[in-house]
Amino acid sequence: MNVVYKRPESLKDVKLHYCPGCGHSIVHKILASIIDELGIREQTVIVGPVGCSVLIYKYFECDGTESAHGRAQAVATGLKRAQPDKMVICYQGDGDLAAIGTSETIHAANRGENITVIFVNNAIYGMTGGQMAPTTLIGQKTKTSPFGRDSQMAGFPLKMCELLNQLQAPVYIERVSVHDVKHIIKTRKAIKKALTYQMEGRGYTFVEVLSMCPTNWGMSSVNSARWLQEYMTEYYRLGVIRDNGAGEDAK
Amino acid sequence: MGKKILMRGNEALCEGAIIAGCRFYFGYPITPQNEVPAYMAKRLPEVGGCFIQAESEIASINMIWGAACAGKRAMTSSSSPGISLMQEGISYLAGAELPAVIVNIVRGGPGLGNIAPSQADYFQATRGGGHGDYYTPVLAPASVEELTHMMVDAFDLADIYRTPVVVLGDGILGVMTEPLVLPEPSKRLVPPKDYVLDGAKNRAPRTVMSLRLTPPEALEQHNIKLMQKYREIQSKEVRHEEYMIDDAQLVIVSFGTSSRVCKASIQMARKEGLKVGMIRPQTLWPFPSGIISELAQSDRVRAFIDVEMNLGQMIDDVRLAVAGCKNVYFYGRTAGMLPDENELLEKIVEVSNECCLQKA
Repeated sequence: MNVVYKRPESLKDVKLHYCPGCGHSIVHKILASIIDELGIREQTVIVGPVGCSVLIYKYFECDGTESAHGRAQAVATGLKRAQPDKMVICYQGDGDLAAIGTSETIHAANRGENITVIFVNNAIYGMTGGQMAPTTLIGQKTKTSPFGRDSQMAGFPLKMCELLNQLQAPVYIERVSVHDVKHIIKTRKAIKKALTYQMEGRGYTFVEVLSMCPTNWGMSSVNSARWLQEYMTEYYRLGVIRDNGAGEDAK
Repeated sequence: MGKKILMRGNEALCEGAIIAGCRFYFGYPITPQNEVPAYMAKRLPEVGGCFIQAESEIASINMIWGAACAGKRAMTSSSSPGISLMQEGISYLAGAELPAVIVNIVRGGPGLGNIAPSQADYFQATRGGGHGDYYTPVLAPASVEELTHMMVDAFDLADIYRTPVVVLGDGILGVMTEPLVLPEPSKRLVPPKDYVLDGAKNRAPRTVMSLRLTPPEALEQHNIKLMQKYREIQSKEVRHEEYMIDDAQLVIVSFGTSSRVCKASIQMARKEGLKVGMIRPQTLWPFPSGIISELAQSDRVRAFIDVEMNLGQMIDDVRLAVAGCKNVYFYGRTAGMLPDENELLEKIVEVSNECCLQKA
């Protein structure tokens, strides 16, 4: 029989705790299927964040560690320097990576650590109940921006890909989204490329994934996907921002 | 026995760490311990190790977490304000039971304080330091040689008990140059590292974490397990030095650099016929409460003087051990001012008179 669909072996057969319509489940499955495809499950260590995906190590058939809020890339630095032959993947949300962990993010990227960072940006703090994130859009209402994010008060949404693109060391930076099938396929390609570059020892790879948070956005799953498409991709432009590997491959 | 050499404390401790098998150092510059990262930057590559100047103390301690997950011996060093920044990470390491060695070359505080030698981080070091129910073993050297040797001990304790270990020096120990013999590599057995995250090959995946949400009693059970470990450390790993204690009627308790001043004052007091001795805790946690309690209960000992380079922190532990049996007096200078052997002698004479100590 021809198998057309199955659960990735790297994804444990357990119930995920994510809300209906949340993008994390999609990103988890993509990551697990790429780990399968590249045959790297037995050499992978996943570094989790603090945030909604804090329990990521429960869902993967891989070694995993927690990290203090924002410190995933410092932990990954220690892990990778100590065992350069292992695949080290950081999985972080917007509060973890772009607020409390901005410093660790910029410096790990700037050192060109040979790690892969999956940055799930849903423009809100999920686990703590819907507070403003550094990536919350202007005008977006959250628990801590009840009248909509006001740039006078709270500055502007941080574009992490563009920020990291100012650095010399990163080899691959791409922004993707999981709001529809077409973009899910692009996300798969991006994560696969990032992990392949790490396998090849090329250096720091960063994939920002725009993702839905229906619960804290106060929308249905369907409307969340629409809102993401309409507003988030307008501000956070999708696409490859840097791909140093592409030029080398063409040679 | 090895050759006698001359080394500065901050550099000698690095050699101690390397002899202990430490190959990973992550740190951020801060006075008065800047020779540590400078020495490690040069020395670690020679032994196949890895040095990173981190972007902050916060990053440093979390890089240690990563290297510890990989099963490697890793350390960081800093001085007081930097150690404050590391406390979150130390709490996480304690919770996740990861080994690590943290050297604190203490300077004056609070706040930015000054860059002079101090022992004012005693409370922070001996009470866990960060959030939650935990302790870390704290080693307190009093010479460059002891500092160097204690690095080997620190890495052993960290691996044996799977805990962060603090080596508490001060600005004098860090920058002072003294003769020493380097330590031998340890022969202590350390348990196999069955927590190492090196890829789930031919085994079930492993997880390193401090989060324990469910069932509701999970964290309490874990903390009770940690407490049992701490009790074991308290029963097996207390270290102290006794100095002229056999006939002492007045007992000084002092650690680290200040204990050296005490020795000078004790010698002066002895010349005047005063029977003074000293207990020098070499581990601040676990604290040598047993010997102090024993002395407090003896008829011979009349009183204690606690001497520190702060305004009285270890004195709490001394008083807990003495448990009201005898008076405990205090002499100390703080914030970079050093205890003076003559001032301490005056204190000794004053206490002797007050407690009617007999002259020999």
